[in-house]
Amino acid sequence: MKDILTRLDSRFVIERKDETRSNLVFITVKKPVAIEVITYLRDYEGFRHLVLISAVDYIERNVFQLTYLLHNYQLHVDIGVRVEIDRQHPQMDSIHHLWAAAGVYQRELHEMFGIDFPGSPHVAEPMILEGWDNIPPMRKEFDTKKYAEETYFPREGRFKQDPREVMEIKLYPVDTEVKYGIKQVVRKRRGH
Amino acid sequence: MKDDEKTIDEMLNPAGAENEFLTEEYYCQALPKSVQPVANKIVRKFYNWAQANSLWILAFGTGCGSIELPPLFTARYDISRFGLFPRPTPRQSGVFIISGYLSVKTLKRVIRSYEQMQNPKFVLALGSCTVNGGMYFDSYNTINRLDYYLPVDVYIAGCMPRPEALIAGFNKLKQLIKEGKAEGANKYAENFEWYKANQKKIIKNWDMPEYNW
Repeated sequence: MKDILTRLDSRFVIERKDETRSNLVFITVKKPVAIEVITYLRDYEGFRHLVLISAVDYIERNVFQLTYLLHNYQLHVDIGVRVEIDRQHPQMDSIHHLWAAAGVYQRELHEMFGIDFPGSPHVAEPMILEGWDNIPPMRKEFDTKKYAEETYFPREGRFKQDPREVMEIKLYPVDTEVKYGIKQVVRKRRGH
Repeated sequence: MKDDEKTIDEMLNPAGAENEFLTEEYYCQALPKSVQPVANKIVRKFYNWAQANSLWILAFGTGCGSIELPPLFTARYDISRFGLFPRPTPRQSGVFIISGYLSVKTLKRVIRSYEQMQNPKFVLALGSCTVNGGMYFDSYNTINRLDYYLPVDVYIAGCMPRPEALIAGFNKLKQLIKEGKAEGANKYAENFEWYKANQKKIIKNWDMPEYNW
């Protein structure tokens, strides 16, 4: 793993290295060289397997962080290539020419985060959200609870009964009527 | 020879033909009608008894609850003791088990399947997701209350209910059918506009006919 990182350092500008385990390292690179780094890792360092592409929405820093996780079958090591892209114009170069399976991930990212991958096959077609007309649901500014309450007819919760109040009304009806007023007591007896 | 030279795209979309799918030509446009029970009490009781003892289940697993169905059909719980039987297509079956959470994309397929089923038909809602959304109550993509979209005859609460609970639910459904109270299909036909309005509120790319015969 050390050799791979030194060879990477000699070829590309690596902004940051996070060594999580001895067999797992995350490197952060700039957007223009990201595809070069991934291609180099695949073709020269033996990272033949694309495990996943994921995105994280850092709304406070105004970036989307993409992670390409790659696996090497000979050495059994993983390397994660992290790229930060602008949140206002979320666009990234496609890697469907390296792995055909990447097209599915990119389609999903397009649907859930609104990140565009020009040239990727069927990238704009809906996968799960057929006919979605809101902002992409995995973005931080999307309020899922509010959307669900407005859309899906939520069932009201059960009413609560405080045992202390119930017993007070039951045992001391006259005192509670003086204390709370008659209307309040009747309402509480009905359990509302 | 000329047909062989055409590409697949040309064969699927021949030049000059309308690409638009014309639902009027392929589907019957008539809306469902409610079926009134037989007037004669003895005949009606016999019909209900016969219906209660041959419930055929549609093999359609919508959520995680469908994992409870295989043990139900196999040797341990052996649901065929109760006259229940899994069927592969909606045309042959009479009971629809909504097994667990239902996403909007699946709901569209569920509505199509439900409407294609023959008329004494019943809906069994499995799990707390169908009651109030369960653990997906705030999800952007799963429905909260099934009875706004389909008429539900029996709810089976739990997350997940065990096969024993399902058997109890089937017994309850049988009891309701024998009493003549499982009138879900009639309810659907009578309140058709309300159900359709709710369905169309969340299925935004509605490209089906009003009722799938």
